[in-house]
Amino acid sequence: MSSLFLLCLSAAAVFAQAPQAVPLTIDQKLAALDAATKAAQSAGDNAWMLVSSALVLMMTGPGLALFYGGLVRRKNVLGTMMQSFILMAVVTVLWALFGYSIAFGEGSPYFGDLRYVFLEGVGSAPNADYAGTIPQATFMVYQLMFAIITPALISGAFAERMKFSAMLLFTVLWTTIVYFPMAHMVWGKGGLLNAFLGGRIPCLDFAGGTVVHITSGVSALVCAIYMGKREGYPHEAMKPHSMVLSFIGACMLWVGWFGFNAGSALGASGLATSAFIATHFAAAAATIGWVVAEWIGHGKPSVLGGISGAVAGLVAITPASGFVKPFPAFAIGLAAGVLCYLMVTKVKARFGYDDTLDAFGVHGAGGTLGAILTGIFATSAINDGLKDAAGKVQPLGLVDGNGQQVINQLIGTGISWAIAIVGSLVILKVVDMTVGLRVDKDQETVGLDLSMHGEEGYNLDS
Amino acid sequence: MKKIEAVIQPFKLEEVKEALKNIGIDGMTVIEVRGHGRQKGHKEVYRGQEYQVDLLPKVKLEMVVPSSRADEVVKTLVTAARTGKIGDGKIFITEIAEAIRIRNDERGETAL
Repeated sequence: MSSLFLLCLSAAAVFAQAPQAVPLTIDQKLAALDAATKAAQSAGDNAWMLVSSALVLMMTGPGLALFYGGLVRRKNVLGTMMQSFILMAVVTVLWALFGYSIAFGEGSPYFGDLRYVFLEGVGSAPNADYAGTIPQATFMVYQLMFAIITPALISGAFAERMKFSAMLLFTVLWTTIVYFPMAHMVWGKGGLLNAFLGGRIPCLDFAGGTVVHITSGVSALVCAIYMGKREGYPHEAMKPHSMVLSFIGACMLWVGWFGFNAGSALGASGLATSAFIATHFAAAAATIGWVVAEWIGHGKPSVLGGISGAVAGLVAITPASGFVKPFPAFAIGLAAGVLCYLMVTKVKARFGYDDTLDAFGVHGAGGTLGAILTGIFATSAINDGLKDAAGKVQPLGLVDGNGQQVINQLIGTGISWAIAIVGSLVILKVVDMTVGLRVDKDQETVGLDLSMHGEEGYNLDS
Repeated sequence: MKKIEAVIQPFKLEEVKEALKNIGIDGMTVIEVRGHGRQKGHKEVYRGQEYQVDLLPKVKLEMVVPSSRADEVVKTLVTAARTGKIGDGKIFITEIAEAIRIRNDERGETAL
């Protein structure tokens, strides 16, 4: 104890004796303190955002690749994984060339201008409009990870039957024509639906319920219907070939989603904690919702039901995660678990479309539900970011007494649906007429692994 | 010489192998097969989609033994492979005309 005291004394003496040629004025000291405080906050926020970026990338590979890869038949496991993995490369190039600029450049309400083409001016200086405490380059790479996973989600709908070349062309066009403008509308400065940066129809979408899940889920439905069923569907057995892979993938999605939602706070703030908790709670409730519904409906609580429920809850809480309290998050998750269970078991069977891995049933339905419920449960008690000109905090959702927000959410949802449907249809038509969408019948029988990639997933006898 | 083919539950393979080894049978071929007799399959449900699985995994042992030992081998097989439940499998016995050891052209029971 006494030696510690001595140590402190001597340390204080060293500081006191530090030579100072010119004494600093109070103003200079305050300025230095201010700069040091900002640097400290930036370091903390940047650390969290870099981790979040990595977490969101992990959702695509290996998360989604494993989740989807396990659900297909053995002969298509590599083809399915590749559809996710190749986007980690391709979308990155698009993003650097022009994607980031179309999404986050200022411009019309529908798409950004070309100021950030080739990442011009995107460096370590923050962009105060989006995230004032982290380098704009961090914001750019974080948003890139969202652009990667969104088209990858669609691949669940056309799994086991799309040509690799067609899938590449489709996703390049889709990301450019549907995703980049949609991201601008919801998150870009001056975007049509951006509640925080001057949108004409102020919508609330914290982490991408409309931008990511509605656009991908609805486009997935369009793809499933346009491409038609797999050979032999539904009378041939098409069981998931490895529930173990899917299980690992789904658990990685759950963890990665903390980067997706809590990262969308764009800093290591209390809001990030709040979004983290809402995300986790919704996933928990949705797991229970799906499992119980299935237990009642089919007699057994399956593992696939549990992990599908978790993903459904994570999807639904995405737009709401930075706006709602923990118990509404439970409610959103529970509703999503039950709704998505009914979508993939009852609705799909009723209409007979072959949404192979239920990209629409989970992301389209869960995303739509989440977007609407955000308008109900969003509260300024959690997120006080919406202020009027005088700086007064504005009410957010119905629970704050702002019923108009539910209408706004419905309009935003409708616009997302419309862009996804029209965009996907046009792109599918173009791809169909140029490279052709489907593999031929023989290739489909052999499987995508051999016919598209010349490999097999499991060479157990080699 | 007789060929004994036994289709058994896969989890019984080690026990059966051990029992056969104990009575001095050390040559056999084991094949993983799928099939069903009177045992019904089971139902699997993936996201509401039901699949009836009729063909269940089994293991088939094939061995050719001197005719004089056939009964003893069958008795051993039955004892080791039996659980008493449906799905335990079956044993089939056929007459073998000749056995040839490829290495030295030995013939008959000495080639076994």
